[in-house]
Amino acid sequence: MSTVTTPDTAPAPAPTQTSSQRSSTSRFTEAAANYIDERTSISGVVKEFGRKIFPDHWSFMLGEVALYSFVVILLTGTFLTFFFQASMAEVVYNGSYVPLKGVEMSTAMSSTLNISFDVRGGLLIRQIHHWAALTFIAAIGIHMLRIYFTGAFRKPRELNWVIGFILFILALAEGFTGYSLPDDLLSGNGLRIIDGLIKGLPVVGTWISFLLFGGEFPGTDIVGRLYSLHILLLPAILAVMLALHLVFVVVHKHTQWSGPGQTKDNVVGSPILPMFAAKAGGFFFIVFGVIALMGTFFTINPIWNYGPYDPSPVSAGTQPDWYIGFADGALRLIPPGLEFELWDRTWSFNIIIPVLILTGLIVAVLVYPFIEAWITGDKREHHLLDRPRNAPTRTAIGVAGVLFYAALWGAASSDLIATHFQLSIEGVIHVNQALLILGPIVGYLVTKRVCLALQKKDREIALHGFESGRIVRLPGGEYIEVHQPVDEYERWKLVDYNDYQPLMIRPNAQGKITSVQRLRAGMSRWFFEDRIAPVSPKEIERGGHH
Amino acid sequence: MKRVVKRVKRMARKGSTANRRHPLATVALIAIGLMFTGGGYALFSSTATAETSTASQTTIDEGKKLFAANCASCHGLDLQGTGAGPSLLGVGAASVDFQVGTGRMPMAMQGPQAMEKPPQFTAEDTEALAAYVASLSPGPAVPDDSLLDGDGDASNGAELFRINCAMCHNVAGAGGALTEGKFAPALTGVAAVHIYEAMVTGPQNMPVFNDKNLSPEDKRDVITYLKYIEKNPSPGGYELGSLGPVAEGLFVWIFGLGAIVALTVWLTAKSN
Repeated sequence: MSTVTTPDTAPAPAPTQTSSQRSSTSRFTEAAANYIDERTSISGVVKEFGRKIFPDHWSFMLGEVALYSFVVILLTGTFLTFFFQASMAEVVYNGSYVPLKGVEMSTAMSSTLNISFDVRGGLLIRQIHHWAALTFIAAIGIHMLRIYFTGAFRKPRELNWVIGFILFILALAEGFTGYSLPDDLLSGNGLRIIDGLIKGLPVVGTWISFLLFGGEFPGTDIVGRLYSLHILLLPAILAVMLALHLVFVVVHKHTQWSGPGQTKDNVVGSPILPMFAAKAGGFFFIVFGVIALMGTFFTINPIWNYGPYDPSPVSAGTQPDWYIGFADGALRLIPPGLEFELWDRTWSFNIIIPVLILTGLIVAVLVYPFIEAWITGDKREHHLLDRPRNAPTRTAIGVAGVLFYAALWGAASSDLIATHFQLSIEGVIHVNQALLILGPIVGYLVTKRVCLALQKKDREIALHGFESGRIVRLPGGEYIEVHQPVDEYERWKLVDYNDYQPLMIRPNAQGKITSVQRLRAGMSRWFFEDRIAPVSPKEIERGGHH
Repeated sequence: MKRVVKRVKRMARKGSTANRRHPLATVALIAIGLMFTGGGYALFSSTATAETSTASQTTIDEGKKLFAANCASCHGLDLQGTGAGPSLLGVGAASVDFQVGTGRMPMAMQGPQAMEKPPQFTAEDTEALAAYVASLSPGPAVPDDSLLDGDGDASNGAELFRINCAMCHNVAGAGGALTEGKFAPALTGVAAVHIYEAMVTGPQNMPVFNDKNLSPEDKRDVITYLKYIEKNPSPGGYELGSLGPVAEGLFVWIFGLGAIVALTVWLTAKSN
């Protein structure tokens, strides 16, 4: 293993020996590596990580996109901390932007304007930071969808799913705290909605709000507090979770698609060192480049338009960044009037109901791997991915979830949908309310049927090959269409998947059937009642003689 | 106001037939009545004094013909209004210039609100219509050019715009939704004179910002701000319609992540 001798932590070349021949350089590398290894035993780690194999499939690189955009965020964010002042002390703006000259605003807003107009490269870095943040969370989202729809969360990776989902929530928190820092009109209104959301919680709401804002909203504390969270606490937790997430990826080995030579006991691909590391390094710069292009050519969060926060004005089209949109949408979709008066106060459920629904959604996603494991009763380790069609119920649940989220998300832009398609905003809201309920149901049913149909098609192709379109007349006068059989490599992909069957209800040691047993059997039936069994070798043999 | 004038006339008639009052009582009453109505009007609109003095009788006659041919079927031959359209008494030249000048009137069809379209009348015809409507009853006049030059205080204008206008028109004047299919239009590319007239007359769902609310100078500042952001494109690059986070989110998903996913597919593609 030659890779062991080249840890990437090798120090800079020694001052005296660099000018001599090649052999002395490699001797130096060797000596330096040995020096470090003797003192840190790093070779073991390098061997483990360096020999980690990455299979080649585009969908396996989505997590990397998230990682790289996080690096971009860290780099640009550090630059921004040099110039941003997280204070809500009032100052009179006197910078370069004419339409805000002489306007009173917080130091946070004025320093953000200075970053945008008076710090060299400041606006570019600010925009890269913000675009990178949007890309980061979008990449996490699409990475999670990949993991879900391929079943990569199954044993032994359930805990890593949980860690990954916590990373997602942390990223949302990072995004929202960052969005609120400039103290502009848009972010201030966003904070006001959060304040309302908190105050809508029964009994404790007002207390929590006062604790958070240091008194009545908006107060003079919130920006400083959010800043501590944004640059200190949340990134620290995020970094630790991220490290843990990556360690688990190495420990579990990478999942892969089923194929000839690709089994549950191996991983086929290129090792990190040197091949994958080079590729990934290049990919980092590609991601960085795409984000930098967005930051260069497209305005994001033009705080100079929004102006300083003032509790009285609210702009039309005030929305949170896309990743909080689902929460905003939930507040827009809840039907009005869910409140009554009892004793001396109004009991309002307009806020708590959407909050509970969203919490339920988040918890459901968090614990999904455990629920599915319990339903299937499958205790085996899974290192081969499912094609989405081969797990019809899971795929259908996923599509239903995506549609539910999409209806909430779409509702957050109801006003813009109304103006841009010349519809009435009430109509848009009502359609979204219907979609929120009907979309997942219809999506579930349709997806499940589509998956089963695709499985049937796969089965047909595995057994009889493709229709070639060539009609042959036999000597006896009979016409047949010649089918082109699939080769064995292709067939492998079509037939290699798990076949589950509904669990049978069995009495326990006391000879009783518990209600938990019944529930589990019912769920299992729901999952696996409709299924297409994979083609067995015997069937292929018989099919071959057709 | 109409009612007040009628009452004054009635009283005047009664006075002259009964002969029980001083001969000058009629004159005095009319003078008082005029002072009340005029003074009351001045309270609401201080720019009204400068109006219509320049419109010649021929222009007004021309406007009357145009009005009878194009507007009267909905607004009535005497501007009194019908079931299909409101009365135009007291709307002033500014309102006519705005509605006709931006193509909103005549309407193509009834709908949640009159849509902007290419103007149906030439500038002279619009002026004639405005002069005719203004000649029948007083109302806000077309503003003076000095208020439209966009050389006011952009910073004051921006603040006024955020407080008074942004909740419907969006902080960058990109427009926004109202109820029942109505909307506040985008303000980019709107002539300064039309912005001013809209503030003064409150077309359709827009409230009137009279001169007590926003002084002519304030209106000039608002126009200055709108013209500033129109003339100075965003320093950050293409604005994505100035629509805020929704446009940004769509952009990052479709173009940002779209490009990156395309690149991952390219990176992992098998060489042919």
